[in-house]
This record gives sequence, C-alpha cells and structure tokens, in this order.
Amino acid sequence: MEKSYWVFIERTRVILTFMLAYKYASLQCSIAIFDVKNTYKTSEELILAIHLLQQDLQPLLAGLTFKELFTLLTLGAGSLLTGDPAFNYQEHELNERLKRLYPAVNEEETPLPRSWSPKDKYSYIGLSQNNLRVHYKGHGKNHKDAASVRATHPIPAACGIYYFEVKIVSKGRDGYMGIGLSAQGDNMNRLPGWDKHSYGYHGDDGHSFCSSGTGQPYGPTFTTGDVIGCCVNLINNTCFYTKNGHSLGNKLSALSFCPCLSFQPNLYPTVGLQTPGEIVDANFGQQPFVFDIEDYMSEWRAKIHSMIARFPIGERLGDWQAVLQNMVSSYLVHHGYCATAMTFARATETMIQEDQTSIKNRQRIQKLVLAGRVGEAIDATQQLYPGLLEHDPNLLFMLKCRQFVEMVNGTDSEVRCFSARSPKSQDSYPGSPNLSPRHGATNAHLHNTGADSPTCSNGVTPTNKNKSHNKYTGVSSASASSSPSSSPSSVNYSESNSTDSTKSQPHSATSNQETSDSEMEIEAEHYSNGVTESSTRIMNGTYKHQEILQADDNSVDDSCSSRQLCGGNQAATERMIQFGRELQALSEQLCRQYGKNATHKKMLQDAFSLLAYSDPWNCPVGQQLDPMQREAICSALNSAILESQNLPKQPPLMLALGQATECVQLMAKVRSGSCSFARVDNFLH
Amino acid sequence: KKNFDMKNAVIGNNRQKANLIVLGAVPRLLYLLQQSSSSLELRTECAVVLGSLSMGTENNIKSLVDCHIIPALLQGLLCSDLIFIEACLRCLRTIFISPVTPVQLLYTDPTVIPHLMSLLSRSQHTQEYITQIFAHCCKTPEHQTVLFNHGAIQNIAPLLISPSYKVRMQALKCFSVLAYENAQVSMTLVNVLVDGEQLSQVFVRMMQRDKPIEMQLTAAKCLTYMCRAGAIRTDDNCIVLKTLPCLVRMCSKERLLEERVEGAETLAYLMEPDIELQRIASVTDHLVSMLADYFKYPSSVSAITDIKRYIDFNSRCNQLDHDLKHAHELRQAAFKLYASLGSNDEDIRKKITETENMMDRIVSGLSESSIKVRLAAVRCLHSLSRSVQQLRTSFHDHAVWKPLMKLLQNAPDEVLVMASSTLCNLLLEFSPSKEPILESGVIELLCSLTQSDSPALRVNGIWALMNMAFQADQKVKVEIVQALGTEQLFRLLSDPDTNVLMKTLGLLRNLLSTRPHIDQIMSSHGKQIMQAVTLILEGEHSIEVKEQTLCILANIADGNTAKELIMTNDDMLQKIKYYMGHSNVKLQLAATFCISNLIWNEEDGSQERQDKLREMGFVDILHKLTQASDPNLCDRAKTAMQQYLA
Repeated sequence: MEKSYWVFIERTRVILTFMLAYKYASLQCSIAIFDVKNTYKTSEELILAIHLLQQDLQPLLAGLTFKELFTLLTLGAGSLLTGDPAFNYQEHELNERLKRLYPAVNEEETPLPRSWSPKDKYSYIGLSQNNLRVHYKGHGKNHKDAASVRATHPIPAACGIYYFEVKIVSKGRDGYMGIGLSAQGDNMNRLPGWDKHSYGYHGDDGHSFCSSGTGQPYGPTFTTGDVIGCCVNLINNTCFYTKNGHSLGNKLSALSFCPCLSFQPNLYPTVGLQTPGEIVDANFGQQPFVFDIEDYMSEWRAKIHSMIARFPIGERLGDWQAVLQNMVSSYLVHHGYCATAMTFARATETMIQEDQTSIKNRQRIQKLVLAGRVGEAIDATQQLYPGLLEHDPNLLFMLKCRQFVEMVNGTDSEVRCFSARSPKSQDSYPGSPNLSPRHGATNAHLHNTGADSPTCSNGVTPTNKNKSHNKYTGVSSASASSSPSSSPSSVNYSESNSTDSTKSQPHSATSNQETSDSEMEIEAEHYSNGVTESSTRIMNGTYKHQEILQADDNSVDDSCSSRQLCGGNQAATERMIQFGRELQALSEQLCRQYGKNATHKKMLQDAFSLLAYSDPWNCPVGQQLDPMQREAICSALNSAILESQNLPKQPPLMLALGQATECVQLMAKVRSGSCSFARVDNFLH
Repeated sequence: KKNFDMKNAVIGNNRQKANLIVLGAVPRLLYLLQQSSSSLELRTECAVVLGSLSMGTENNIKSLVDCHIIPALLQGLLCSDLIFIEACLRCLRTIFISPVTPVQLLYTDPTVIPHLMSLLSRSQHTQEYITQIFAHCCKTPEHQTVLFNHGAIQNIAPLLISPSYKVRMQALKCFSVLAYENAQVSMTLVNVLVDGEQLSQVFVRMMQRDKPIEMQLTAAKCLTYMCRAGAIRTDDNCIVLKTLPCLVRMCSKERLLEERVEGAETLAYLMEPDIELQRIASVTDHLVSMLADYFKYPSSVSAITDIKRYIDFNSRCNQLDHDLKHAHELRQAAFKLYASLGSNDEDIRKKITETENMMDRIVSGLSESSIKVRLAAVRCLHSLSRSVQQLRTSFHDHAVWKPLMKLLQNAPDEVLVMASSTLCNLLLEFSPSKEPILESGVIELLCSLTQSDSPALRVNGIWALMNMAFQADQKVKVEIVQALGTEQLFRLLSDPDTNVLMKTLGLLRNLLSTRPHIDQIMSSHGKQIMQAVTLILEGEHSIEVKEQTLCILANIADGNTAKELIMTNDDMLQKIKYYMGHSNVKLQLAATFCISNLIWNEEDGSQERQDKLREMGFVDILHKLTQASDPNLCDRAKTAMQQYLA
C-alpha cells in the first residue's frame, strides 16, 4: 500500500513537472511519452493524484488551480491538444456523462456523437466553438435555402435511449429552425423531417415533421433562449422532444404525431436552419441536460427488468422446473460439490449422469490445484486419467507453469516437503474447492492449505524431463536476507511432515528493481479475476463467484514479513530452480513440436519474472501468486477431464449464461435498444 | 385453546365471522382481552381473533365498534408486551381504515395520540399500523393540529427512509394528509431534515420514475399541498421540473384509472392559481388531448346495460364494472383539470375547445346524474366562458345556455354558484347567447337567486341582472325592475356583502342610462332611489361604493325630468359639494361629473340651475378644481366652467 502510493505520487510528480515546463515554454503539448491514460485508469485516481500533489508540491504548483492541473494532466492523456483548459475539463465531463448514460455502448465499435461534423453539412452552415455551435450563413430567401448539419456519429443502438439538447442562441430573422434526426446520405439542403428517414421538430410552427414535407401539430413554438431536446427511444422505436426540460410527449390518441423509427438505417442527431442570424448550440453531454433524461431512463430500466422478471411461463411450469433443477445439479457435479449434488438430487428426485467416484476424483484433483499443490494434482491426474495430459501438452504446460509459481509461493508439495509446513488442522480444507480463493484482497495468500492426506514426500518427477540450460540461472541466488524475521510468525505449524527443517534460514532473492517504465507496462495488463476461462472456443460470460468465504483457520492471511520465496528454504529454492530449467526445456520442446506459442512464452516469462524481485508478492507480476489465479487453471483441468469422459466440459448453467451475454451483445448489433437495460450482470447479484 | 380453534375457524371466512359475532363472541373476547389476570398469550390470541373478525364485512366492523372495541384495544396498548401491542394495533388499524368507523373515536381520549407517537419507535409493525391509522384519521384541520402539536412531523419524518416499503409509504401518506391546506404544517415540513437531506428532496427522490406509482403519486401530492399552502414557490424547480411532470405522467393511459383520477385532480389543484404552471402543463406530454381519453368509458346507463347483455364472461364484466365505477370519477377529474388549465390563458382555452368533441362532452356532462360530474363540467364551462372568443363561437354553436338553464332550475348550491357565474358571462353584451337566454325567462330565476341565503348566489344573481341591463332595451329594463321589485332592490342595497352592494349599484347604473330610461325609471321610483343614494352616501362605505353611487347620481343628473330630483334636494347638493372637495380624486371626479350634467347648457332651465348652484358656491369650487393636479379632474372642471361662460 505504502509503496504503491509513493510510486503513484512520484509518477504524477514527474509527469506534472514536465508538463509545467512545457506549458511555460508554451510548446505544443504533444506529450506522447507520458502515457497518463495508462497511469490513471479512472478519473477518480486522477483527481486523487491532483489533490495529493497539491499538498505535496506546494512550491512548484503555486498558483495553479485544481482545474488547471486537471487540464494539464488530461492534456498529457493526449485527448485533445487545444490550449483551452475549460474545454478539456468539459471534455472530461462529457466522457464521464456519456459513460454513465450509455454504459452498454462500446465506443470502440460504435462511437457516440460528440460534436457536429464539419464534413457532413450543407455549405450554408457554419460551425464554431469546437463544432458545437451552428450558425446559418446562406441567403435564407425560401425553403430552398435550408441547410442542415449532422453529428459526427450515428446513435448506437446499445444506448437504448439516446438524448441530446440544442439551445437556441438566436432565432435569427424568422426562426425557421428544425431539431431532429436524419440518416446518412439524406440531402443536407433541407430541414430535418422533410425527407425519408428524417424527423424534426420545427420552431416556427411547433410542428413535427416525420419524413414528410407537411408537418403535424405537435408542440409549442420555440425561439431564442429555449432549450430543445430530442430523445430517441430505441426500445419502443419512438422519439419525443422536450422544451426547457419538459417532455412534449410522443403518444397521441387519434393521430400519430410521432415518428415511428422502425427498422431503418442509423440515425444522426441533426439540426437545420433556414434564415440569417439563426444560431444554435448543441449539448451532447458536455453540460448537464435541462431535461432529466436519467430519470426517464430509470423508468425504462425498471420496465425492462420487471418484464424479464415477469416473463410468463404459463403451463410449462413443470418443464421449467426440471430444466432449472438439471442446471443446478449439473453445475454442482461439474465443480465436484459431490455431497451437495447428491443431496440436491435426492431432494429433487433427479438423476446424476456421472458416478460418484468420478466426481470425487475430480474433486480431489481440483482441491489440490486450488490448494496450490499443482505437482500432486498433475500426478493424480496422470494416475486417474492416464493419457489425458499427454494428449494435451498445452494444458500440461499451463499446469507446470502454475506449479512453478506455486513453488515460488512455497505451496507446492515439491517445495513444501522441505519447508515442513503443514496446516494446524489436518482435515480443514473445506468440502468445496472454491472456498479458498480470496477475492479482492490481492495480498491474501494461503500459505498452507493442507489436504486430507498429508503425504508430502511424494516428490514425483514430472514425466517430460528434458534437461537443458536455463537462461535464468543467474537471477536468483541465496543472498543475505532483507527480511529480519526468519520464521513464519503467525501460526503454530505442526511438524508432522517436516523432513528437513531449515526454515530459520533467511532467504531472499536479489532484487534487481525494474525501471518504472516497465512497471507501468506491466500494470497496464488486465487480470480478469474471477473469470473462468478455459481453452474452449465458446464465448463465456464472466462468472462471478458468490461463495462466501468462510472463516477458516487455515487461510491465514500472513503478514508480509513472513512470506519468503519457497517458504524460505534453500533446498527448496534449488529444487525450484531445477524445476524452472525443466520447464524451460519443456517450453522449448513444445516450441519445436508445435511451433511458437506467444501465450506460452508470456506465461513462462511472467512466472520467471517473479524471481527478479526481493518481495515477489509485492511486485508488478506478483498477482500470479494470488491463490485466485489457481481458479482458471483448475477449471481448465476440470473441463479437460470431463471432456475425456465424454461429459460436457462446461456446465450448462455457464453455457446459458454465456449464451445470454452473447445474445445481449447481438441485440445491440441488430439495433434492439432494450439490450442496454437487459445486461446479464444486473441479474447476478 | 378455544381461541386458537376460533382463530382458524374464522380466518378467511366471512360467514363464520358474522356467525361468531351474532353468537356474542365479541364481548367475551373483549372481556378476556381486558382481563389483566388472563395470560398474555391468551390476551394476544384474543386480539388476533378480533383482528381477524374486523377483516370481514362492514357490518362486522359496525358490530365490533358498537361493542366498544376501540377503547378496549387502545387500553391494551398500555401493556408493555410488544407482540400484544402489535396485535392490538393491527386490529385497530383495520377498524380505523374502514369507512364506517367514526374517526373521531381516535381523538376522544387526549392521551391516545401521544401514546401512539411514543409507540412509533417500538417496531416496524407499530410504525406501519400507527402511520396508517393517522393517514386515515386525519380528516379535518383540527385533526391536523392535534397530530402536529404532538410532534407528528418529527416522529414520522425519519420513517421516510425506513427499510420497510410499507412504513415509508404510510409515512408519506401521513404527510400528504397533514400538509393538505395547512400552512403551519407545510411551513414546518420544508425545514425538516431527514438524514441530512431536505424533506422536499426526499419527496423528489420518491417521485423518480422507477419508484412504484403509488409512491410517486403520493410524494407529488405532498409537494403539491406544500406548494399550495405557500411553503414552496410555484417556480421552484421541484414543482416545475419534478412535481408537475410527475402528475402529468399520472394522467397517462398506462396508469390505472384510480391513479389517473387522483393525478388529474392533484394536478388541477396544483396549478389552479398559477398561469405559468398552466402554460407548462398545457404543452407537457400532450396533456390536453391525453385528457380526452378520460371520456372514453361507458357513459350512459343504457349503453351499459346494452354492453352487459352482450358480454357473458365474468372477467370482462368485472373489468366493465370497474370501468363503470370509475367512469364518473374520470370524467369529473378531466373536467376539473380542464377548468384549471383554462382558467387564465386564452390560447389554452382555445386548445381545449378544439379538442375532439369537447363542447359536446361538457354539454352532456352538465346533465349527468352524478352531481360531482355536473359540478366539474360547469366549472370547466365557467373557466372557458372567460374567453370572449369562445363566448362568441363555440358557446353559441353548441347552445350551452340550454343545459345551463336547465341546471339552474334545480341543483344544489355549489352547482348553482358555478352555473350562475357562468351565466353572468353568457349574458355579457357581446355574447350571442344573451338573446335566447333572455327569451327563456331567465329574469325570474335570477331575481330568485338574489334572495338566496348564500352571498355567492346573491352576487351572481344581481351580477347577471347587471350584465343583462347593460345597454338593454327599455322593455328589458322595466321587466327587471318589475320582477325584482323595488323592495328587494333596496334590500340588496343594504346587503352586508360589499360585492352584492357593488353589483346592485352597477345594476342601477345600467338601468339609469340613456335619457328616456332615466326619466321613466326616476318618475316611478325616484323617491326610493334618492333615498337609497342618500343612505349610501351617508353610510360607512368603501370609496368604490361611494364612487359608484355618485356615478348613479350623475346619471340621474343627465335625465330631463330626473334632474329636478337633485336640484330640489339641497341636502343632496351639499353632499355633492362635499365630495367635490374630497381627498379622493375618483370621488371628486364623479361629483364634478354630476354638477357638470346639472349645469349643462342647451337644456331647458339650465340658466336657473346654474344660478342656483353659483349661489351655493359651486363656481368657486369648480374654479379651484381647474387648478387640480389630476389632468382628468382639471379637464372636467374646465368643461363645467365653460357652461357658465357660454
């Protein structure tokens, strides 16, 4: 904590110092080197950094306001390199607001409109103020002089509900202004609403035009000072307008005054002007909206949620129940919750496909992996499912990599037998294999999660043992300790399994501190915690663990000082280094056999990088040591076993979840707006 | 044990409940309940069984109330056991929310309210039941005051953020009944903080569109009442941008009929006094045409029976019954809202009358069986009748005067007030309906209104006559005087209500216009009229009344023969002189006008009158007035002086 805080501050200090220098030298701020965006993942971090700096760098920053600092930093983020600080602050506000309003929109695929397009406009239109202000510069003699401008991007369907506002700065000569929507390719020499696929609300008569030259009475007229909004509802395919924050409505009894936006091309926010002097300003989210659009959206969110919750199942209640029971049961079986699955099956009178011993075997292997005893897990797999790993060298490699990491961690049996640490209570590993991981707490480590059978001396050597020279040999050496406390302080370990107790021998790897640049690079990586990813090609939804971590004597959260490489044992360290060489050899062999594999390379590099730090748990690649990281490999192994038994490698529950997630994404692609309010996450509490 | 069986026997079975009551179980249960020697368990069971009995029909509740169950249960609340208290409260709640229970029973013992307040902290159940009782039993300003004085606001406000929805909802309902037309409560409410947040903001949050409709609606009511009581300005954002749109949403087709009724009524109440809110509402979500849907439910009994004959399905029938029950409510709510919308703005009135079949709907609404609908319809008509344009066009086209006249024949006072007020507008001289109304023999009716006990009716009657007399034929004027009778006329001139007096003077003034009419009326009623004028000028009256009276005098002075009634009355001349020197310019002007008429040249005997008035010192006064600072008065005096010079 302490350290990362200072790194954070230091980094900000460097960036700021440079930026200030740039500012005072009034140079163009093209500071690509300072990847501020990657330094501060969220604006909260950025704001925090500024606050800290203001306290920290008083003399340097004297006289600079928060806003100016903010602007400087966002400048560095390389967003927009203009000299106007207010604008950049606004830009930031815009991004935040858009993110909040349209969380389902993936802006990399479908960017949101942020300004008027300087290209997609008629020549009588002039733009200013960062392409947000529109003025008319034609003759304005008659309707043939009408001119429109579209926004830079169409409205993405994943918005669900989209909204923008336009303030009438001046009504000009006659106030023939139209606010609305149009499709790309529509004639720009017209007001919105006159042509096919275009819709508009006009200020002079208050009429609504829906792809027709004749409007229908809709609302009041509007003029200088009014704020007109246009809301597109892609769920029921309607649109309505607002005036000064009041909805003018979209449903009428007798006549349909409202455009029905059914199945049509992408629509762009559009304004049209027709007489000299007309000026309007757009607000695509740069400022708070006058109309409470979030309130409107919340109503639809609630509507869609209740629609889903009340989906009628009618007569087929029984079928549904059976399906649900099956899903639950198969999920339990898949993860090896044997006893629970049996009880559930008995209670619901359902059948379980797999026999109990098979489930128990899998459960055992999973427990081993999750306990960090990967070597034993590999052995058990080879015993129980011969040929499985031989046929899946990828999986084997992944397992071995993990085994190496666990050796660093001091949890694998091959090193544990040296350090002689075993749990206080032997039978403590709880029945469910998923109980051990600690979510969220990155520094939580399970030093010893002993299994029921404490036979630690089974140092079975891996099968593929092609010895070769390890490039990393020099990296770790048993040098003088940097941590004074020599033995694990917190737990009284029983000595039953100890063979060679050298735990008092302090041990640490020499640290060759990485430069901050490479640290940043590594931090930018994403560790998607809690995601069960297997080698399958099925797109899976993220699945969050909901198991409540039970208070467990064994999952002792040791203080940092007690953690040492390989449990602080020299023999174990040597064994680890040897194993590392074997692993390197395996990698090279696989490379020869199957060609280069970038994933493998990266995995290996990451694992070996651990040795480069004095305190691997607190280093940029330290996350690997987190017990949570065991889950992915555990699930991959489990799937492989199941597949070898001709059982589904994914539990149907997860398939359904993945399917649902995919469907929602598909909905966005086919322009079904309700997808934005029907996100799967919302239903997983 | 017996009780236990009893409980199971009666739950959910209304007939069993009735049987048990007939068999006299209630006194026995009450006896056991009150017996402090019986075990707490038994007493609780008794309360539970009584609670179950009260869930039955209205008759059941009546019998329970007759057995003095309320004091017994209130007594039970003094016990310290929470379970027992909750059982008693549950039963009390059920009884008090029934329409057959007199709410006054809650207030007879003055110790009850403070004790209930103290029980609010006991549990979520006590909170729910007590607030529900308060919400139902606060019907009058006195009730509001009692609850307010016992700290209802401070005690209930924290419940607005209770984890239980029911508690939040009942607390909200409490505030809506407490704040209704109560400035004291409303003013207090705006300053209350709940968890550091202003109460109005808490209400605004409760109006968010993802909240349950019931909650949105009740929160909107609270803010509406606070606004109408003057605690929140009408241009406050929480009214303009939150409450008003919320209430408009409540009027939409998607809402239940009950919600639409309540929404429309509340909205009508909210914007009644404020033209800006009316303008905003009129363009929000097409409210005007949205309201037209309120009329699309079966309206006449014959249509209903027709439909019923064709539909056999129970469910459809239930739906229909439901609709029928609410059809009247919907219509009257829509009329009320239209009335409120159109009360000030000419454009909105136009928009309303242009709504499909609107005038027809009002016309048929005027003759509906439900008084509520008739009243609302006539209110709506009245609101629209303030428009000159509508009077000239749609009112005439749809002959609205016919049903209006019919309504006036026989209706309760509140309907009569609105109807006669509307009639006043229809009798304005530019209204094309004036003629046919005159022909329908309305004078008798209006004269009878002037004899009503209600001041509002008297005003409207005399007002209508005044409008009728404006620039009317001699025949009509004579008819009015005859029908009203001088006696009644003079009675009205001494009416305690200033409005009545003003309109009566107005009538007199209208009657006494154009020379032949003046002379004719003065020749027959001159003596009485002069007497009345003297009386008013001598009495303690407002400037407006005296000015009006002096104007009448000026009209009399304009007559050929009528003049003499003034000229021969020295006392009257002295009075005129006095008013010419009055400190109020309006009175000076009216008095000068009167003298000017008297001394006008070109008329018989003008010389004699001029001489007489000169002798009385009027010329000096006129001379002084030519120096007056008020230009009108100055001009008037100069014109009068010229009569002497010519």
